[in-house]
Amino acid sequence: MNKRIAQAFAGRKAFIPFITCGDPALEVTEQLVYALEEAGADLIELGIPFSDPTAEGPVIQAANVRALSGGVTTDKIFDLVKRIREKTSIPMVFMTYANVVFSYGTERFVKTAAEIGMDGLILPDVPVEEKGEFDTVCRQYGLDLISLIAPTSHERIRDIARQAEGFVYCVSSLGVTGMRSVITTDIGAMVKLVKEERDIPCAVGFGISSPQQARKMADQSDGVIVGSAIVKLCEKYGRDCVPYVKDYVKEMKDAIR
Amino acid sequence: MAGRGRFGIHGGQYIPETLMNAVLELEEAYNHYKDDPEFNAELTTLFNEYAGRPSRLYYAAHMTQDLGGAKVYLKREDLNHTGAHKINNVLGQVLLAKKMGKTRVIAETGAGQHGVATATAAALMGMECEVFMGKEDTERQALNVYKMRLLGAKVHAVTTGTATLKDAVSETMREWTNRIADTHYVLGSVMGPHPFPTIVRDFQSVISREIKEQLMEKEGRLPDAVLACVGGGSNAIGSFYHFIGDESVQLIGCEAAGRGVDTAETAATLATGKLGIFHGMKSYFCQDEYGQIAPVYSISAGLDYPGVGPEHAWLYDTGRAQYVPVTDEEAVEAFEYLSRVEGIIPAIESAHAVAYAKKLIPTLDRDKIVVITISGRGDKDCAAIARYRGEDIHE
Repeated sequence: MNKRIAQAFAGRKAFIPFITCGDPALEVTEQLVYALEEAGADLIELGIPFSDPTAEGPVIQAANVRALSGGVTTDKIFDLVKRIREKTSIPMVFMTYANVVFSYGTERFVKTAAEIGMDGLILPDVPVEEKGEFDTVCRQYGLDLISLIAPTSHERIRDIARQAEGFVYCVSSLGVTGMRSVITTDIGAMVKLVKEERDIPCAVGFGISSPQQARKMADQSDGVIVGSAIVKLCEKYGRDCVPYVKDYVKEMKDAIR
Repeated sequence: MAGRGRFGIHGGQYIPETLMNAVLELEEAYNHYKDDPEFNAELTTLFNEYAGRPSRLYYAAHMTQDLGGAKVYLKREDLNHTGAHKINNVLGQVLLAKKMGKTRVIAETGAGQHGVATATAAALMGMECEVFMGKEDTERQALNVYKMRLLGAKVHAVTTGTATLKDAVSETMREWTNRIADTHYVLGSVMGPHPFPTIVRDFQSVISREIKEQLMEKEGRLPDAVLACVGGGSNAIGSFYHFIGDESVQLIGCEAAGRGVDTAETAATLATGKLGIFHGMKSYFCQDEYGQIAPVYSISAGLDYPGVGPEHAWLYDTGRAQYVPVTDEEAVEAFEYLSRVEGIIPAIESAHAVAYAKKLIPTLDRDKIVVITISGRGDKDCAAIARYRGEDIHE
């Protein structure tokens, strides 16, 4: 297990914000990372935009479109991370789709990501059945390939937990990413199944936007992941989004302390 | 764990964890019912009594004479109920969904043929139906949108991305993740995650089974070549399947080159794409150097897709089938040609296969036999082709 990811969960509930690289511009992404860390983020998910993000709701889909139309590429994001890593040691994982990694050359992608200081990789369109071709390379270069479990996973949870690295990403709800007023899934039961199999951190994502929701989810797990609510602020304030995101993340982190 | 549902290196199940149990449940149900005599008897009855199978294998005497080469037979999938091969797959899948206890079906559609077929089968079997269609396609194929509504389906115009078929597929996948328990996704082509490429191929393979029997009856032998258009590739794999083991039969898939394979406005995946992972499968896709899926183009909404089914990718790799690009202009000429020469208005999709046949047939000896699958009828395309030719006609 990657050391920095383990530290993110050490002795605290982790707050994990997601941002899309290059939304609205790569310079802003860099400033956002520093602001997120100052606001109390424990691990940061950096989204590499994909043209057809099938697991995303409208908010993050739109962020992908904004980033790609701004000319963001995988190579430019690697350069960005390299700059960021010189200034901070906060744990960071990439979140993107299988084709972004595969088309770059899986080994070339993973090797570069590890070299520039990334700690993990989340691929929402790679279930445990298909993880082999990515996982072998990730293990070789010390990048944690993060596994997801969903409300529909049931008996699959044990198998996924057994093979998981870093932390287990618990998808809170059916459907795609996006803010939800109510989360009906029994998160506690999902987390329990994982923990019965293995002692690995579990972070809950999809649909969380309010401090109350964050607290409730964190009570039943080891951390919360928030994407759409942050990306919404990036959409609303554009290049001026950094202080707004910082205030929001501070409020969310305080709610789970 | 080895990946499932592979055709060589292609295929697999690259989908969100949320959908995994749904596709596993589907695979289990399909494995059970595909050999169930009662299920197959019901499906055969639907094929024959409802869809009008077997479809005719028509000897195109005028085309044969005009082209002066091989004998031409047309496999008339355009004569099926709802006007295309799509009904074969849809009757199979909706019947399967019903056996699985599902009460709602969702589907993507490009030209609208698969949407209309799904809405039809849903009406027939008493299922709730919602269809996702790119906004651009709802405008290109407005009549099909009306038909789906008439049949009781709800049609969603998809505005994301390029607002065409690939975005309709993405949106239907998203909807499926949102509501799985009572819902089956009736995927319209031999694509997506396992087991869809296999299920759709099996239901469409009735085309090649019939061609084989019908030609044996008429000519006492196998054809020398079978031609079909390829978008995702369901009518093509259906036309090829029972000939894959017959090495003497040339299998030719005709892709949509749009304005040409040397332009960006093309949908010819095997001519211009590279290996990738998208929409649940590993296969060839039109994409840029960073794996971003390309906004493809074809005059044909049904072939306007940036990928190709994994079994085609494998037939391409092994050389068992060959794939040729056909431009908009060539397809439109073939659309007009078949109408004029045989009195058959083909779908603009199928016209891509006719276009390549027009080039191939004169090069073959008169004792050769070529079968072209006319996957659908062209009524839906008349207004668009008239506009392409500069006539101001609207539906």
